Amino acid sequence: MSLSRREFVKLCSAGVAGLSISRMCHPGVLHAMTEGAKKAPVLWVQGQGCTGCSVSLLNSVHPRIKEILLDVISLEFHPTVMGSEGTLAVEHMYAVADKFKGNFFLLVEGAIPTAKEGRYCIVGETTDAKGHHKEITMMELVRELAPKALATVGIGTCSAYGGIPAARGNVTGATSLKDFFEHEKIKTLLVNVPGCPPHPDWMVGTLVAAWSHVLNPKEHPLPELDDSGRPMLFYGENIHENCPYVELYDKAQFAPTFTKPGCKAELGCKGPSTYADCFKRRWNNGINWCVENAVCIGCVEPDFPDGKSPFYVAE
Amino acid sequence: MSQATTPHGGAGDTVRIPIDPVTRIEGHLKVEVEVKDGVVVDARCYGGMFRGFEQILRGRDPRDSSQIVQRICGVCPTAHCTASVMAQDAAFGVKTPTNGRIVRNLIFGANYLQSHILHFYHLAALDYVKGPDVAPFVPRYTNADLITDRIKDKTKADSTNKYGLDQYLKALEVRRICHEMVAMFGGRMPHVQGMVGGGTTQIPTAERIADYAARFKEVLKFVTDEYLPLIYTLGSVYTDLFATGVGYKNVISFGVFPLDDDGKTSLHKPGVYIDGKDEPFDPKLIKEYVKYSFFDYSKPGGLHYSEGETNPNPDKAGAYSFVKAPRYKDKPCEAGPLARMWITNPAISPVGQKLLKELYGIEAKNFRDLGDKAFSIMGRHVARAEETYFVAQAIEKWLKEVKPEAETYAKPEIPDSAEGTGFTEAPRGSLLHYLKIKDKKIDNYQVVSATLWNCNPRDDMGQRGPVEQALIGVPVPDIKNPVNVGRLIRAFDP
Ligand code: SF4
Ligand code: SF4
Repeated sequence: MSLSRREFVKLCSAGVAGLSISRMCHPGVLHAMTEGAKKAPVLWVQGQGCTGCSVSLLNSVHPRIKEILLDVISLEFHPTVMGSEGTLAVEHMYAVADKFKGNFFLLVEGAIPTAKEGRYCIVGETTDAKGHHKEITMMELVRELAPKALATVGIGTCSAYGGIPAARGNVTGATSLKDFFEHEKIKTLLVNVPGCPPHPDWMVGTLVAAWSHVLNPKEHPLPELDDSGRPMLFYGENIHENCPYVELYDKAQFAPTFTKPGCKAELGCKGPSTYADCFKRRWNNGINWCVENAVCIGCVEPDFPDGKSPFYVAE
Repeated sequence: MSQATTPHGGAGDTVRIPIDPVTRIEGHLKVEVEVKDGVVVDARCYGGMFRGFEQILRGRDPRDSSQIVQRICGVCPTAHCTASVMAQDAAFGVKTPTNGRIVRNLIFGANYLQSHILHFYHLAALDYVKGPDVAPFVPRYTNADLITDRIKDKTKADSTNKYGLDQYLKALEVRRICHEMVAMFGGRMPHVQGMVGGGTTQIPTAERIADYAARFKEVLKFVTDEYLPLIYTLGSVYTDLFATGVGYKNVISFGVFPLDDDGKTSLHKPGVYIDGKDEPFDPKLIKEYVKYSFFDYSKPGGLHYSEGETNPNPDKAGAYSFVKAPRYKDKPCEAGPLARMWITNPAISPVGQKLLKELYGIEAKNFRDLGDKAFSIMGRHVARAEETYFVAQAIEKWLKEVKPEAETYAKPEIPDSAEGTGFTEAPRGSLLHYLKIKDKKIDNYQVVSATLWNCNPRDDMGQRGPVEQALIGVPVPDIKNPVNVGRLIRAFDP
């Protein structure tokens, strides 16, 4: 485990500390993470998505992605990163799910299409005893893996709430994990890490919190989730109320176009109806963030995109 | 749709090998090859996912398209954003200020660097370099034909492999830094906020430009000192892969990175190269076919994208892919770095010129001096690495041209009805977005992406798609370890 305590604090807090955070940063947790990685591998599957969540994870800085891959998690299946392919990869995934039954994390990126028996998203295939090939749909995959998992994490807005694939006009019956679980009566614990894509810290931080909880539930209660299944730790605060432009908003000093100073409300900013810590965490190693650059389009919210569009028109 | 394979693979038998999923690519792809006497004799690419962006876009505010379409691909969202804002510029009749054009190039250019580095190191390199013996690097093929298998001298094999593996890990950092460069003017990555119809949303300050430049310097150093030398070193271990995976040798480029405000000149030129001849690019000659795709057209034959239809039908008999088959003059054309480098034919990097001479005895000043070697698995990797350098040289110029504090945005009016097409080149190949507006709303939106150009199924005339064709003749000596099939597909960056 090469995640230093300092890095870990930074990951969770983005400069602000709270009770649940300090608990998570207990040195025991760090030890637990190493143990967790050994005991509870991660299977990361992709449905109807763009791989943006995976690419965002690669941008992790605290800890660095190199450490995540080599030391922090045991990523036994990931379509974009793993070395194997085809039958070798699919069989390995099922073998891990059986070997670690009740003890692995299932991370789902992308929505689950349910129209046409799920044939809008084929994720792989298996071979039966007679050598016949059978396509596996995303629907079948989640139906088979989720009940065996210790916990499921909806990575990104597509899997958490349906997101872009489930937007108005969608013909594929794209659905969120939560709706799919309800329909299939799957009871496995579900935590959402929305964002289109999610910030790498939200993904790594949530996994770490989940690990700590699983390994020592008494000392590490499950991070508090809001009504939309997101950890309050990262999604507990309103963007607008904490925006550096909120004073300008109060004085009705609105930017007339993107490149002029002022609050971005009249340009369509959805900060007022959006809850995430982008305002302090910022993006890409703290370089910038959507509102400083243009507007917030509310990408972490359950009603994204339909409830947030038109993006460039005031609410 | 189940079928039996012939598992024996003796001489004369035809063995069918499905690879599903093809991993380390963006999206869901299956490939099935037929192998006879150790080589591929037929191939099919199956695109396994449909989301329906065209339907989702219909009826929305045209300005929203640049945000929605970025979610087509998380590896090159800036490419879809660029195509979308260019389509908006055309439909809105707005001219981006010079500074906005340059900032767009800086945003998109930085993601070119990111995408190429990610592609080679994190998607393709594990086909050659042996990763550590832990997940996600294992399991891997037992007979994987890695560097460590190819180089007989064990000490040399291990040190060459270590050189590659160290770079794999370092490249993780470098591509992250490229994303920081994109975010500097684009807000964040993946999925930028900063490009809109009419220009870009953030005025570049002197400080931001300096921050971008500092990161760029580090990336350029990596490209020159590590990426380029590694590609040529790898090629010298896999000389056979310079003659494998030829394909149609028909290539297309729409051109990318406008160098003037009227879009008359660009860094990469638009053009096509068909049947050994160069021709100017004419968008009228593009048609999409769907005989083998899970879509229905209201009339038979191919359709120009401006009359494009997207009616999915996963039950369609005979179809095998959610990818349409675009054709230029009814010919399948390969798109991507090889296509662009072949058409533009820029100078090869000093590193490349030196190593080509030292390792291969080739005197090459410009890309086309590589000749037939370019149309191969390794040739495509060389094209991508050389292009990374070529785009980096251009970024260096744009950094001198960009003006601190100068306007980057011209506010457009949304017309009642209009149409416009944005032509650009995603890192992985030719990309166009077609936007039609009616009553100030999107009436039709059509995307013809790089994956469509390269990974398409057969067309109505029965011609294979470019990747399907390039697979023909690829050696598969061991049917349990069809390594070259994955190598060929990944070299295209599907
Ligand atoms: S820019 Fe957006 S988040 Fe900030 S004050 Fe204005 S409306 Fe609120
Ligand atoms: S600022 Fe808004 S749009 Fe940007 S990442 Fe945060 S929630 Fe999403």
